[in-house]
Amino acid sequence: MSARVGICVAVAAMAFGAPSALSPARGARIDATADALLANVYDEIAKGRLDVALQNIDGLIHVRPNFRLAHLIKGDLLMARVHPLSTVGAFAAAPKEQLEGLRAEALARLRAYREPPPVDRVPRYLLQLREDQKFAIVIDTRRSRLYVYQNDNGRPRFVADYYVSSGKNGALKAREGDEKTPVGVYHITASLPREKLSEFYGDGAFPISYPNEWDRIQGRNGHGIWLHGTPPDTYSRPPRSSNGCVVLANADLDAVARDLQVGLTPVIISEDVEWLSFDDWASERRAFRDQLERWRADWESRDTDRYLSHYSRRFAANGQNYESWARHKREVNEGKRWIKVGIENVSMFRDPGKEDLLVVTFDQEYRSNNLSNMMRKRQYWKREDGDWRIVYEGPG
Amino acid sequence: MSRLDRPVARFRALLLALALAAAWARADELQDIDKLVRQGQHEQALERVNRYLAQKPRDAQGRFLKGLILAEENKVSEAIEVFKKLSQDYPQLPEPYNNLAVLYAAQGQYEKAREELEASIRTHPSYATAYENLGDVYTKLASDSYDKAFQLDSSNSGAKTKLSLIHELISSTNRLPRPATSPSSPTAEPSPQSLATASERADTEAKQPSRPAKAETAKTDAAVQPRSAPDQSKDDVLRTLADWANTWSKQDSSGYLAFYAKDFRTPNGETRADWEAARTRRISAPKRIEVIVRSPTVKFMGDNNAVVTFRQLYRSDHLKANAAKTLVMIRSDGRWLIQEERTGS
Repeated sequence: MSARVGICVAVAAMAFGAPSALSPARGARIDATADALLANVYDEIAKGRLDVALQNIDGLIHVRPNFRLAHLIKGDLLMARVHPLSTVGAFAAAPKEQLEGLRAEALARLRAYREPPPVDRVPRYLLQLREDQKFAIVIDTRRSRLYVYQNDNGRPRFVADYYVSSGKNGALKAREGDEKTPVGVYHITASLPREKLSEFYGDGAFPISYPNEWDRIQGRNGHGIWLHGTPPDTYSRPPRSSNGCVVLANADLDAVARDLQVGLTPVIISEDVEWLSFDDWASERRAFRDQLERWRADWESRDTDRYLSHYSRRFAANGQNYESWARHKREVNEGKRWIKVGIENVSMFRDPGKEDLLVVTFDQEYRSNNLSNMMRKRQYWKREDGDWRIVYEGPG
Repeated sequence: MSRLDRPVARFRALLLALALAAAWARADELQDIDKLVRQGQHEQALERVNRYLAQKPRDAQGRFLKGLILAEENKVSEAIEVFKKLSQDYPQLPEPYNNLAVLYAAQGQYEKAREELEASIRTHPSYATAYENLGDVYTKLASDSYDKAFQLDSSNSGAKTKLSLIHELISSTNRLPRPATSPSSPTAEPSPQSLATASERADTEAKQPSRPAKAETAKTDAAVQPRSAPDQSKDDVLRTLADWANTWSKQDSSGYLAFYAKDFRTPNGETRADWEAARTRRISAPKRIEVIVRSPTVKFMGDNNAVVTFRQLYRSDHLKANAAKTLVMIRSDGRWLIQEERTGS
C-alpha cells in the first residue's frame, strides 16, 4: 500500500500536472506503437493496480525489448514494492543525463496520451493540400510529437501521431552545427534505404528541404536535416537528443514511411503547433485563395501597378530586388496585348515561424501574344502592415 | 541492501534454527540426521534421510530435510527437484516455495524466484523470511531493469543476491493434516495466534540470557538517516514514531492507544472499542515486548499529513515478526496522531 502512494503521486503529478489544453480525440488515435501499451501501464498505475501495471510493462518489454523507458518503469514498479518512491527513475546510480532524458521522454509520452490531438481542430499550417499530396506531416518539437494528416478532399484528416526526438538545443535552426531543428515548411526530398546508411539511422531516412528559399534569404545554413529511425541498441531516444534531425522509433518510421511521397509530402515543423477550428481554418483558406486569385487577375489585367501592389518592397528573387523586378515587369508588360494565367494544383501552407508567412506552390500556365510557358511556381507571402505581399517568387 | 552483507549471521541463525528444529522434530531419526547435518556430515545425513524416505516416501519433514541437505551441498538442481515436488504435493506450505525461490535466485533466475516467493506469501501472508527475500528479489530485478534502462554494464549485475533458506517446516505442525486446498486468507497483521508456536521455535535468540524486561528497548535508527536542513516537522514525526514504539514496548496500552487519532481507521473495519479492547489484550498478554523501528522514511502530503514507512521488528516472549509498516499520520493540535496503520508492502 505504502509503495503505491509513492509511485501514484509521482505518476499522478506527471499525468495531471499540466492542465489539458486540447480536447481529447481518443477515437481518432491509431496507435499501433509502444505508446498505447505504455499508456495502459500509466492507467493501471494511476488506478493503483501495480501488479497489473507490472504485467503490462513485462508485455511491453516483450514486444519492445530495447525500450529503455519501459525498463526504467519496470525498475520503479519493482522498487515500489520495497519502499515508496517519490519520483520516476528512483535509481541512485543512474547517470544523470540519461535519467533526465528518460524522465523527459516519460513526460512527453504521457502528455501525448493525456492530450491527444483535438478531433475538432486542425493544425493552422495545412491550409491547402494539393490533390496528389496524399498526406502531410506536422511536427511539434516541444511536445516531441509527429502528426500524420491525410488529404481528405483538401481537408486534412488526422491519421496518427508518434513520439519523436529533435535537436539537442531545441528548434529554430539558423547555423550549421547549432544542433537545432529547423522551423518552417519543408517537404521530403529523398528516401534513403537502410542498406545505404549506417545503423545509427535505423530503418531508413527521409531528407527534407532545409534550408528552403526563405531560410536562404534569412541567411540560415546547414544541411542534412532528415527524418530517420533509431539505432538497434535503443527503441527510442530522449526528446532532445539529435543534431537537428527528427528521429522516430523504427516501427513508427516504417509506418510513417508508407505515407511519404518523395518530392511531394509536406513536412511542417513547429515549436508549438497552433490549432484552428474547421470554421476558422476554412475562412483563412478562403481569404488566401481570394488573395491569390486577385494576384492572378491583376497579372492578366496588364495593369502593372495593380500587379506590383502584390509585391513587397523587400521582394528578392534570383538576384533581383524590388526595383529591378518592377522595371523588368513594366518593360515586359508594354509588349503584351493580352495575357492569360492559369493556376492549378495549388498548395498553401502557413509557416509556423515567428513571422506571418505563407508558402504557396502551384502549376502555372502562362500564355500571351508573344510568349507561353508552363512552370511550377513557389511564392512566399508575408504580412506587412496588415497586407499580404509576395517576398519571394521562383520555380517550385 | 544491508541484508546482503549478513549471510554469515544468517548462516549462524540457520544452524541455531536447525538445532531448535531438531528439538521438536517428530521422528527421532530425523533428529539424528539433523545432528549429522550440523556436524557437517552431509553425505552420511543424505544416506540416512534417503533410507528414511524409502520407508516414508511422502513424509514432508524428511523430504524437506533432504532438500536442505542438498542445498547445503550445493546440489542446486537436485534440491530444486525436491522442493518443487514438495510444493506440488503440499501447495499449502509456504516454506518449500521460499526455498525454491532461494535456489532459483542462486541460479540467477530471479523471475522464477519472484513467482515462488509470491506463492509463498499467498500461502502464508505474514511470513517474514519470504517477505524479506521477496524484497531482495524485487530489488535485484529492479536493478536489472535499471541497468537495461541506462545500458549499464553493471559490474555487480552478476553478483547473486543472498537470500535466506527456511530451515524448518514451521507451518506444517498444524497445517499438514489438512488437505491441499484453500490458501489461508490474507491477514492485515501477523496474528500472534497463528504464529505463536512457529515463532517460539524461530526465535533464535530465545536461548540467550534474558534481557531486562520492559526496559527502554525500543530504538529507532532514524538518526543515521541523512538530514539536510532542520526540518522540525520531520523530527516531530520521527520522535512520535519512537515514542509510539517505546510506549508499545513498555506495554503501556492506554499510552499506546493515545497515539491513535479519533478518526483512526481500524484495520478490519471493526469498531474503535473492539479494536482498542483487542489491542489492549495483545499488548498486556506477553511477558515482554520489544518493538524496533528500522529505516523510517517520512513523506509529507501537506503540512499536517505524513506517511511514514519503516520496518517494524516486533519481538515478544512468544512472537517474532519483521514487517514493512506504513503509518498515515495527521497533525492535530500540534500532536502527530496515527490515522491509518498498514502492514506489508
